[in-house]
Formats: sequence, C-alpha cells, structure tokens
Amino acid sequence: MASFIAALAQIAALVRKELLALINEPASRVILIAPAFLQALMYGYGATYDLTHVPYAVLDQSRSAASIELLARLDGTGVFVREATLTSPRQIAGLVDAGKALMVLSIPSDFEARLSSGQPAPLQVILDGRNSSTAGAAAGYVGAIVADYNASLGGVAAGIRVERRAWFNPNLESRWNMMPGLIAALSMLQTLLFAALSVAREREQGTFDQLLVTPLTPMQILIGKALPSILIGLLQSSIIFLIIRFWFEIPMQGSVWLLYFGLIVFNIASVGVGLSISALSLTMQQAMLYTFLLIMPLMLLSGLFTPVRNMPEVLQLATYANPLRFGMDIVRRVYLEGAGFSDVGFEFIPLLVLAATTLPLAAWLFRNRLS
Amino acid sequence: MRNPEFVRRFIALLRKEVRQMLRDKSNLAVGLLLPIALILLFGYGLSFDVKNAPVAVVLEDSSPTAREAVSGFQGSTYLSPVRVTHMMDAERLLRAGEVDGIVRVPLDFSRRLAAGDARIQLVLNGVNSTTAQTVEGYVKSAIATWAQRQADRAGNKLSASGRVEVVQRMWFNETGNSTWYLVPGLIVLVLTLIGAFLTSLLIAREWERGTLESLFVTPVRPLELVLAKLAPYLVVGAIDLVLCLLAARFLFEVPMRGSLTILFLASMLYLVVSLMLGLFISGKMRNQFQASQVAMLTSFMPAMMLSGFVFDLRNVPLVIQGVAQLLPATHFMGLIKTLFLAGDHWPTILRSVAILTLYAVVLVFATHRTLRKTLE
Repeated sequence: MASFIAALAQIAALVRKELLALINEPASRVILIAPAFLQALMYGYGATYDLTHVPYAVLDQSRSAASIELLARLDGTGVFVREATLTSPRQIAGLVDAGKALMVLSIPSDFEARLSSGQPAPLQVILDGRNSSTAGAAAGYVGAIVADYNASLGGVAAGIRVERRAWFNPNLESRWNMMPGLIAALSMLQTLLFAALSVAREREQGTFDQLLVTPLTPMQILIGKALPSILIGLLQSSIIFLIIRFWFEIPMQGSVWLLYFGLIVFNIASVGVGLSISALSLTMQQAMLYTFLLIMPLMLLSGLFTPVRNMPEVLQLATYANPLRFGMDIVRRVYLEGAGFSDVGFEFIPLLVLAATTLPLAAWLFRNRLS
Repeated sequence: MRNPEFVRRFIALLRKEVRQMLRDKSNLAVGLLLPIALILLFGYGLSFDVKNAPVAVVLEDSSPTAREAVSGFQGSTYLSPVRVTHMMDAERLLRAGEVDGIVRVPLDFSRRLAAGDARIQLVLNGVNSTTAQTVEGYVKSAIATWAQRQADRAGNKLSASGRVEVVQRMWFNETGNSTWYLVPGLIVLVLTLIGAFLTSLLIAREWERGTLESLFVTPVRPLELVLAKLAPYLVVGAIDLVLCLLAARFLFEVPMRGSLTILFLASMLYLVVSLMLGLFISGKMRNQFQASQVAMLTSFMPAMMLSGFVFDLRNVPLVIQGVAQLLPATHFMGLIKTLFLAGDHWPTILRSVAILTLYAVVLVFATHRTLRKTLE
C-alpha cells in the first residue's frame, strides 16, 4: 500500500513538472487557451453549409405579371439577392464565370402565355457548379419556391403533401451538426501535438535518458506524460463546449456527465496515439511530421465534413482506428440527440481498444527505442 | 561584382540543406509519398453525394395506391428503402442511426388522395443536416414524379392552368459530382501541408540548437539562407504537385478546362507562398513546439475551414469573409477550382496571381527581417 502511494506521488511529481514546464512559458499559456477560443468562434460562424446569401441574375424575356410574381417570391426569401438584371443571353457566361452570380434564371418570352394556356412553362436555372453542394442546395430552394408557386396557381398534380419533421435539429441547421463535432476535433489537434512532442522533445534534449534512469517505471512515465495531455484536451473541449452552449445557444439534450465521460475516454485514446508517435520518433521534427500527416486523415475521415456512410467500404473499416470518429459521434449524439449510455455504449469499444493498444505500445517503446 | 560570391555561398548552403533533407529518410518519404496517399485517400473517401441512404418505409395504408406511391424509392440509387411494419420500430431504427429517415404513409392515405388532400409524413434524423436535406429532396421528388404520372394518366383537368417547370443546368459540373470540386481543393490542402510543416521547423530547429548563430558569423547573408532553405522543398513540392495533378486527371477524372501551364505555374506560386509562410513562422517563433502549433493554427486549419474548400464563403458572415480574404489559401482555392472546372478566366487568374505574388514578396522580406534582427 505504502509503495502504491509512493508510486502515485512519483507520478504526481512528474505531472507537476510537465504542467509547470508548460505554464511557465507565456507563449505556451496563450497557445493553450486562445486558439480554442478563436477557432470555436470563427469556425462556428464560418463552417456552414446553410444557404444565407445566393447572388443571382435574371434574364426575364417575358416581363409579365407571372414572372414578376415568381421573382418577388424569390426575393422575399432574403436568401436570394439579385445582382444583375440581364438583357441578353450573351451576358450570362460573363457573370457566372466571374463568380458574380451563383445562379442565373432565364424566363422565356412566352412564359405567361404558356402558363395561361395550360402548358408547362420552362424556367431555366443555370448554376455555377464550382461548389456543387451550394449549387445543389440553391437549386433545391428554387424548386421548392416554384412548387409553392405552382400550388398557388391551383394546377398542382394530385394533391400530396409531404410533411417533413426533423428530429434533433428541427431547422436542419448545419451549425448544429458541425459545432458539437468541433468539441472533439479542435481539442484533438492540440492534445495530439502536445503528446507527440512531449517525449520527442526530451529525447532530443537528452533529458529522456535521465528520466529513464530514475526509479520511475515505464508505466509511471507513461501516466505522467499522458495525464497533462489529457487535461489539456479536456480544458480545450470545455472552452469550446461553453462557447457552443452559451454563445451559439445550441440546446444540449443529453447529460453533461456522459459527455465528459466520452471526452475523457476519447482523450485517452488520442493521447495514446500521440505518445506512440512520440516514442517512435527520435527528433521533434519527426514527431511533428508524423502528427501532421496523421491529423489530416483523422480530421477528414472522421465524419466531420462528410458522412462516414458516403465512404467506400474499405475506408469505412479504416475509420475504426480513428479515435475522432467515435469521440465525435459520442459528443454529437449525447449533445444533440440526448443519447444515453445504452445508445452510445458500443462506440466506447473502439476507443478503449485503441487506448489499450497504443498506451502499452508507447510504454514499451520508451525503453526499447533508443537511438 | 558580389554576384559570384553570392552564388558560391548559396550553392554551399543549398548543398547543406539538400543533404540534411536527404539524410532524414522519413522526412523525404513523407514529403514525396504522403501527398499522393492523401489525395487518393480523400479523393475516394470524401463525398457529399448521398448513395443508398437507408430509409424506413411504414405503410399503414396497405392499398395498392399507397404501395405504388412509394415504389419510386425502389429503383433509386440514392435511397435504399427498408419496409417496416410499425412506426415504433421505425423510430427505434432512426434513433439507433440505422436509417436516415422514415417515410410514413398514414392509414387514410388513399381515401384522402381521392379527395385531393393526401399527406405523407417524412421524419428525418437532423443530426447530419446535409444528408437529411438530400434525403428530403430525393423522397419528395420520387413522390412528386409518381403524383405527376398519376395526374397525367387521369387526364387531370386541374393541370389545365399550366405550371412552371424548372429546367436546371449546372455549369462546370454537370452531374453535380462533389469529387470534382473536392479534389482541386485537396491539392490546395496538400500544398499548404507541405509548406507549413516541412519548413516551419527548419529555422526554429537551428535556433534551438544554436547553429543559426554560428551561421551568422560566416559571411552568409539572410537572403541566401532563406533561398537555400526554400529551394530543396520547392523541388519536393513540385514533384508532389505533378503527382496530385496526374491523380486528379486520370484517377478522379476531374476535367482540366483551363491551361495546364497556368495551373502548374499558379500552383508553384502558391507553393512558394506556403513554404515562405512556414519559414516565416519558423523564424519568428524560434521554438519548434510553438512553431508547429502556430503553423497548424494559422495555415492548415484555416485553409481547411475558411478557404472555401467545403464551406462556401458566400454563406459566411462578413467578418469571417474578411478573415478568409486574408488567407492566401482562399485566393488559390478560388483560382484552382476555376482553372480545373471553368477554364481560363483571365480576370480571376490575374487577380489571384497578383495577390499571391504580393504574399510571396512580403513573406520573403518578412522572413529576411526575422533573421537579420538577431544579428544585433
């Protein structure tokens, strides 16, 4: 028992030393707080798929009551902003090429005549496909407005209404999806780097050998190195969490305890990855390089931007080794869906497996990888 | 008169940098192989195009009309319908994330359809809002197609008042394939990654080891040092770029509508900017840990989130647009997408190239200063 307490005291001393080394440097202190804060705000506003501003141009060759009515409905949304009113089809290409109009509507001269004679009247919609997602969303919006307009004409085919209800995110705002994901993603960036550099820096400065000849066991060194990184991760997650909850006011459905439990397990797994990198590298530069190379796949193949389900099967399997995929999923589901432990419990398994492989690997590498 | 001296010293420094780069095999392997690995991984892995989204179909009305109304889902490559008997089971599937949505045809569907006022309920899992919206679009259009056919068959008199038909054409990306705009964007990210990360450590490392001071007592001048550090990585970056362009063209079949020469030169220009940004951070921070953090936070992350890679800047508040305009990556992102998909649009080319050149010049000057100051 006494030896156990002594072991704990040794770990505590090491953790203290690590944290002091970090806090004593003013630049490092700033780097721990400011980026999480700024990024959460910037990406909270910037990372959105929702259409808020669609500059468009019109070539209205009919100039009829019908076309004016339809355009008024478009302008009334507040999303579509008319940039130009064209007089000739030849002007279309220039506007679209320059990116001045995301969309050009072309209304033929017989528009109203066809409508009143009961024929289908074509409304041509030209879209700038350089970002096909935005273009597709704008097209969908126009389609809905036209359907509405058609309904008002009374010419709607067999009256079927599709009533849409969206669970967990009633207005389908992409920010609601993105921001909880960032709680995990942004903090992972820095924890991973911090963990990856922790051992590599001491290796490069030669102090790691000194650490190895102290009475500390590799397991104690491991815990001493892992704890500060985990604390940093949790600190950053908390900053982002508070911003999302109180600045962006996205309602939290689930339990804070479960959220933090998920974050702790996620952080242990990502610190495990970071420490393995660190133990593998002989210099800081190598550690950095490996980290950066890992970060891009970890971020892009986590479901942060595009759903995992859209990936090819092989890559979907590969994401089981990605702590961010499950960390982010747990956070999103607990935050937005109010999922309980029984709903997300199985997502802890890949994280625990990852932690259980990477942490012992790092401890083993401490002693067995000597330059 | 000084020129031969300059060249001699530059070549000596260059040889040192090249040797240092080649000696570290992992460094070089990473620099050469990873970009291509990344572009393959993400070219295949990143997609917004929903395919076979699982949707639970609950038919409370078992009449042939009701069954026919949702038959359109069957043949669609976008949706993969799952028949479920009870709404409760469907809700369980939705909660577990096994389906993206529920289509519920209520008991009174065919009766109300006869009266011209039928309802179909669509419940979506809103957590992934983009997928949800796409699924909504597909479901609605499948049902509308059926309804239209139904109406035509009945010779519905109501349609006599005519209707507006949207004829949609997406320029530059006719099939709306998201890979076409994501792959050019990935090239920007890869070049940013190489620049920021391979170089951000270079000067900081020499600071930490004190070798930079020893260089200063030699006749070497800061500009020579900057150029010598830049050159080897420029070659590595150029090889990466060629590999990325080949992959984009032949694997992902992204059209290259602009001139290849301009595309290549503009990319090299961006590479210089990105490498110089890395060197500048490295020279400024003098500490590898901080240099790496700053490189990631100021160049890679914003390039991924705010350059217009996936998030369209038009939807972003003005302040954030201002921040985005400060990033070199934003200007190159617009240019490379235009060059790949739209073709040589000279106003865009000239503006972006001018801005990137300005960045390159300013950064060379600034890096030069971070080195000179220390001589005092």
